[in-house]
Amino acid sequence: MDPRLTTAVIVVVGVPAVLVGYILATEQVLRLFPQRAQPRIRPWLWLLPALAFLFVFLIYPTIGTFVRSLQNEAGTQFIGLDNYAWFFGNNGTLAALKNSLIWVVLLTALAVGLGLLIAILFDRVRYESFAKTIIFLPLAISATAASVIWLFMFAYQPPGTPQTGTLNAAVTSVGVAPQPWLTLSGLSLNTILLILVTTWIWTGFCMVIISAALKGINGELLEAARVDGATEWQVFKGIIFPLLLPTLAVVSTTIIITALKAFDIVYVMTNGNFDTQVIANSMYQEMFNFGSFGRGSAIAIVLMIAIVPVMAVNIRRFQAQEAIR
Amino acid sequence: MTTLAAPARTGADKAGGGWRRRFGRLPLHFVVILLLVIWLIPTIGLFINSFRPSADVQASGWWTAIFQPSQLTLSNYTYVLDSAGIWPAFINSLFITIPATVIPIFVAAFAAYAFSWMSFPGRNILFVAVVGLLVVPLQTTFIPILQLFGVFHLNGQFLALWLAHTGYGLPFAIYLLRNFMGSLPREVFESASIDGANHVTSFLRLALPMTVPAIAALAIFQFLFVWNDLLVALIYLGAANPQNAPLTIVVANLVSSLGSGWWYLAAAAFLSTALPLVVFLSLQRYFVRGIVGGSVKG
Repeated sequence: MDPRLTTAVIVVVGVPAVLVGYILATEQVLRLFPQRAQPRIRPWLWLLPALAFLFVFLIYPTIGTFVRSLQNEAGTQFIGLDNYAWFFGNNGTLAALKNSLIWVVLLTALAVGLGLLIAILFDRVRYESFAKTIIFLPLAISATAASVIWLFMFAYQPPGTPQTGTLNAAVTSVGVAPQPWLTLSGLSLNTILLILVTTWIWTGFCMVIISAALKGINGELLEAARVDGATEWQVFKGIIFPLLLPTLAVVSTTIIITALKAFDIVYVMTNGNFDTQVIANSMYQEMFNFGSFGRGSAIAIVLMIAIVPVMAVNIRRFQAQEAIR
Repeated sequence: MTTLAAPARTGADKAGGGWRRRFGRLPLHFVVILLLVIWLIPTIGLFINSFRPSADVQASGWWTAIFQPSQLTLSNYTYVLDSAGIWPAFINSLFITIPATVIPIFVAAFAAYAFSWMSFPGRNILFVAVVGLLVVPLQTTFIPILQLFGVFHLNGQFLALWLAHTGYGLPFAIYLLRNFMGSLPREVFESASIDGANHVTSFLRLALPMTVPAIAALAIFQFLFVWNDLLVALIYLGAANPQNAPLTIVVANLVSSLGSGWWYLAAAAFLSTALPLVVFLSLQRYFVRGIVGGSVKG
C-alpha cells in the first residue's frame, strides 16, 4: 500500500480515535479502584496526557538547558557561573540585551497603542469587519514571507538608478537621497524598522482583543456621559480607558513576551548584523553556528528569567480574578 | 437642566444632521482608509512583483507595473509549481499540521475540563504552573529533545513534529480553553450530574460543544503557527528525511538554491500563504468570541 495513504488514514482517523479512546478508557481504569478513591484519581487521569507532554517537551529540556548552562562548551565539565559572567561581560551580548529592551518598550507601546487606536476608530465605521480583516491579515503570513515583503519595502539601489524599494522611492520623490535602511544603526534606526515590521504583524492581534472588550462596554453608560455634556476625550479618559485596563494588561503581556522572544524577523532580515542583534538570535547563533551549547544555554536561561516577572504580574491578576469567580 | 437641554440638542442634531453626517465624519474615514492603505501596501507590492518578470523586478519598482499591466506574467508561479517537490511538500504540510492541531486541542480540552469542573488539591497552583511554562523559549528545548528523539529514532518522522508541536502549544491552549470552559454556567454541569451523567458524558456532550468558539480560535492559532513554522521543522526533520519536508522548508531551500531569486520567493510565499488565509477567513467569525470568552464581560 502507498505509504502516503497509510499516513493519511492515520492522520484523519487514527489520531482522533486514539484521543477519544483515551478519555473513554479512563472510566474503565477507574473501575479498578474502590468507589471512594475514584473522585481523587479521576482528575489526574484527565490531566495525565497534558502533564506528560509538558514535562517531556518543556520542563525536562529546561532543566537540561540549565545544567548545560553551567558546563563548558563541549559539555564535559562543570564551570560554575562562567557562562553567565561571559554574558554580562561581553559587548556583543550586552548590545543584544540593550536591543531587546528597545524591542520590549517600543513594540509594546506601538502594537498595543495602535491596536487601541484602530479598535476605537474602526468601531465607528460601517465597514468595520472588512477593515479589521485587513489589519489582522499579516498574522496569517509566515515570518519568512513577511520578511520578504518588507525586504522589498526597504530595498536600496545606488542614487541615480531607479529605486525598487517602496520606501526609497518615496523619499527620493521628495528629493532626499536613498538610504540603505537596514544598515543604518545610528539612533538604533534599523532596530526600530525591524520593530515596525513586527508591529505591522502584531497590531491586528491587539486590535481584535481590545475591540472585543470595547464592545463589551455598556453603550448606555457612554451615551449618558455624552448627554451630560462630556466630550469624546473625556468619555475615553474617564470611562472607556479604565474599563479596558484589564484587557490592555493581558495584551501587553503577550506582546512583551513576543518582543523578548523576537527571532524570525531579525534572523531573516539582518541576522543580527548592523547592531540589530537581539537575545533570541544571539542564543541561536551561539548554539547552532558556534556550537557553544554552554553559552547558548546560559542566554536561554537569562531570557527565561527576564520573562518571569511579566508572568508573575499576570498570575497575580489571574488569582484575583479567580477569587471573585 | 439636562432634561431641558437634551431634547434641544437632539433637535439641533437632526436639523444639521445631513451636513454633519456627510462631512463631519470625513476625517474619520480618511484616517481609517489611510491606515488600511499603509497596512496593505507592503503586501500589494510583493503581490504585484510576484507577477512581474525577474528583469523588471530588479530594474524598477512594483508600482510601475500598475501603468503597464501588459508586462504581468504567471511565469513565476508556473516555475514554482513545476519545480520538484512543491506538491508533495504541500501534502506533507497537511500531514504535519492537521494532527499537530488536533492533538493539542484534545489534550488541552481534557486538562481544561479537569481544571474547570473537577476539584482536587493544588488545582490553582498547578494551573498557574502550566500557564507559567509560556515563558520557556522554544530554542531552549531543541538540544535535549533532539537527543531524546535520537534515542527513540524519531528524528525525521512526522510523529516527532506532532509530539513537539503539541508540547509547545499546550500552555496557551490550556490557558485559553480553561478560561472559556470555566466561564460556562455551573448549573448546566450540576443538573447533568444529577441526571446521572458521568464526567465523560458531560465532557463530550456539554463541555466540548459549548466550547466550539474557543476551540475554533485555538485551531486558527495552532494551524497558522504549525503551517508557518520553519524552525521546529528544520530542527526535528532537518536533512534526516527530505521526503517529509513541509512547504516552509522547500520554499526556504528554493530561495537558497536560487541565490537571490526573490521574484520566485514572492510567488512561493503567496502560494504557501493561500491555505492559511482560507482557513483564517472561514473561521474568523468564531475568533473574537472564542479568544475573549467570558473574560471580558466585566
